[in-house]
Amino acid sequence: MKTGKKYPFLFLLPYVALFLVFIILPIIVAIGLSFTDFDTLQTPNFVGFTNYINLATQDSIFMQYVLPNTVTYVLIVGPGGYALSFLLAWAIAQLTRVPRTILALILYSPSLTAGTAMAVLWKIIFSGDSSGYLNAILIDLGIINEPIIWFTNVSYLLPIIIIVGLWSSMGVGFLAMLAGIMNADEELYEAGSIDGIKNRFQQMIYITIPTMKPQMLFGAVMAVVNTFNNGAIGVQLTGSNPTPSYAGQLIVNHIDDYGFIRYEMGYAAAVSVVLLLIIMLFSKVAGKLFTEKE
Amino acid sequence: MAGYKGNGINPSRFERSQLKIYIILLPLAIFMLFPIVFIFCHAFKPATELFAFPPKFYVVNPTLSNFEAMFKSAANAGIPMSKYVFNSLFVTLVVCGAGIIISTMSAFALSKMKFKLRGTIFSINQSALMFVPAAVLIPRYLIISGLGFTNTYWAHILPLIAMPVSLFLIKQFVDGVPDALIEAASIDGAGPFRIYAQIILPLIKPAIATGVILSFQQVWSYLESSNNYVNTDSMKTLAFYMNTLANANNVVQGQGVAAASSLIMFIPNLILFIFLQKDVMNTMAHSGIK
Repeated sequence: MKTGKKYPFLFLLPYVALFLVFIILPIIVAIGLSFTDFDTLQTPNFVGFTNYINLATQDSIFMQYVLPNTVTYVLIVGPGGYALSFLLAWAIAQLTRVPRTILALILYSPSLTAGTAMAVLWKIIFSGDSSGYLNAILIDLGIINEPIIWFTNVSYLLPIIIIVGLWSSMGVGFLAMLAGIMNADEELYEAGSIDGIKNRFQQMIYITIPTMKPQMLFGAVMAVVNTFNNGAIGVQLTGSNPTPSYAGQLIVNHIDDYGFIRYEMGYAAAVSVVLLLIIMLFSKVAGKLFTEKE
Repeated sequence: MAGYKGNGINPSRFERSQLKIYIILLPLAIFMLFPIVFIFCHAFKPATELFAFPPKFYVVNPTLSNFEAMFKSAANAGIPMSKYVFNSLFVTLVVCGAGIIISTMSAFALSKMKFKLRGTIFSINQSALMFVPAAVLIPRYLIISGLGFTNTYWAHILPLIAMPVSLFLIKQFVDGVPDALIEAASIDGAGPFRIYAQIILPLIKPAIATGVILSFQQVWSYLESSNNYVNTDSMKTLAFYMNTLANANNVVQGQGVAAASSLIMFIPNLILFIFLQKDVMNTMAHSGIK
């Protein structure tokens, strides 16, 4: 449609204005602040790369706990949750309509609990006394004698966070991939059969995935975002930042810790920039895997 | 052609080969559903059952006492719960409404109008799909206080209106509206605003429903604004109040209230999704990133 310059501008203005102010500008401000020693009270001084250098060389908590925790969590929940979303979408696509709709709803519902509900729910299940649900079951089965205080135990907190992450990983990306599989072109499958594709697994690898690359990419980006969005759950579960012995401390918690508890905004901003770079890296990898080559 | 038995996708009736999928999926579905059913039961348990040892999964004598306790503690805190409910409903309505209007307008422009920057704007928005709000909490705080929006409804509303995922999905859907329809209306003398309101909007209802649901999910449980941008208690949202109840005490009776409050946060999401799931799936079919 030919409209001249006026109409595109009018139609785009409200969105673009809000997008610039609340998404792009914050990123620019974060980058700017990361080169300062801003503490919310005094005017920020330019300190060059000091924050980044401190982060890499002096922040022993970051290097010892936050980074390893984040890497473990992200590597398991990101690709794990993504693979799970795809495989489950693929599996339920082979069912008739009614059970498929019900199963899709069940699998998607954990991601509807995001926020308060998700934390409360798991808090009650992992409650640390003998009337906590999981403890009661384990005592009943004779696996443990004493109730386990799950959240203060250094070796359990991160695995719990990972389980909750995987549990809630069937989000928008899952729905997109399900729709992608459902809309596959029947003729391709027929042609594939003539070319010697024997079973459903081969169908998935040689036909389903290549034909729905765009949805696979969308799903991957959503998986990355989801993973990092739910990464603050450790603090919500234990009710304290930092989490006990930093066992469940992820990078998002580290930003809050420095930004809103210690008010070292410049330093927190540097950590934010590192987080944004990590997210970009993951999405780039996903893009490399699934972009159509023209 | 002999060996081809269909691609197995979206079968019209039950076949034995589907059995193995059920065998794998059912335990998993139970694991996924289990915590949700548990919290549902928990919210309706009377004190005796909350304290019961060993704890029961199911509720035997359901009661509303946890919900009553929740309302009472709001009244004791000096701010009636209706105030939080009003704040949340108001903020949610404005965010969903305004969000849909501005993203459908932009989607229309990006999809159907020809201008120089359209590719650039769309690809910037596409990169913003991976935007994680938690990473920019501090700069957002500075921007909101710089604009003087601290302690106003604007602090709840403005950061959430522009939603890259929503614009992305709606734009992909608008792409499916035939150009001929727009050309025809244009020849009949309709201007861009009329085409937008009378042709585009009615044809992209599934995408609108999806936009509403995504923005509802985000705003309904949004805590950051109440935690960081708004100090006056009477200006905070239901999500904030429910979160304080959930965190207030970890004793068993508090669990009943916590469960009740998390149900209140979860149920509207679920109901909305159940009603709109067909539209959502329809939109998702266009969701690919090319």
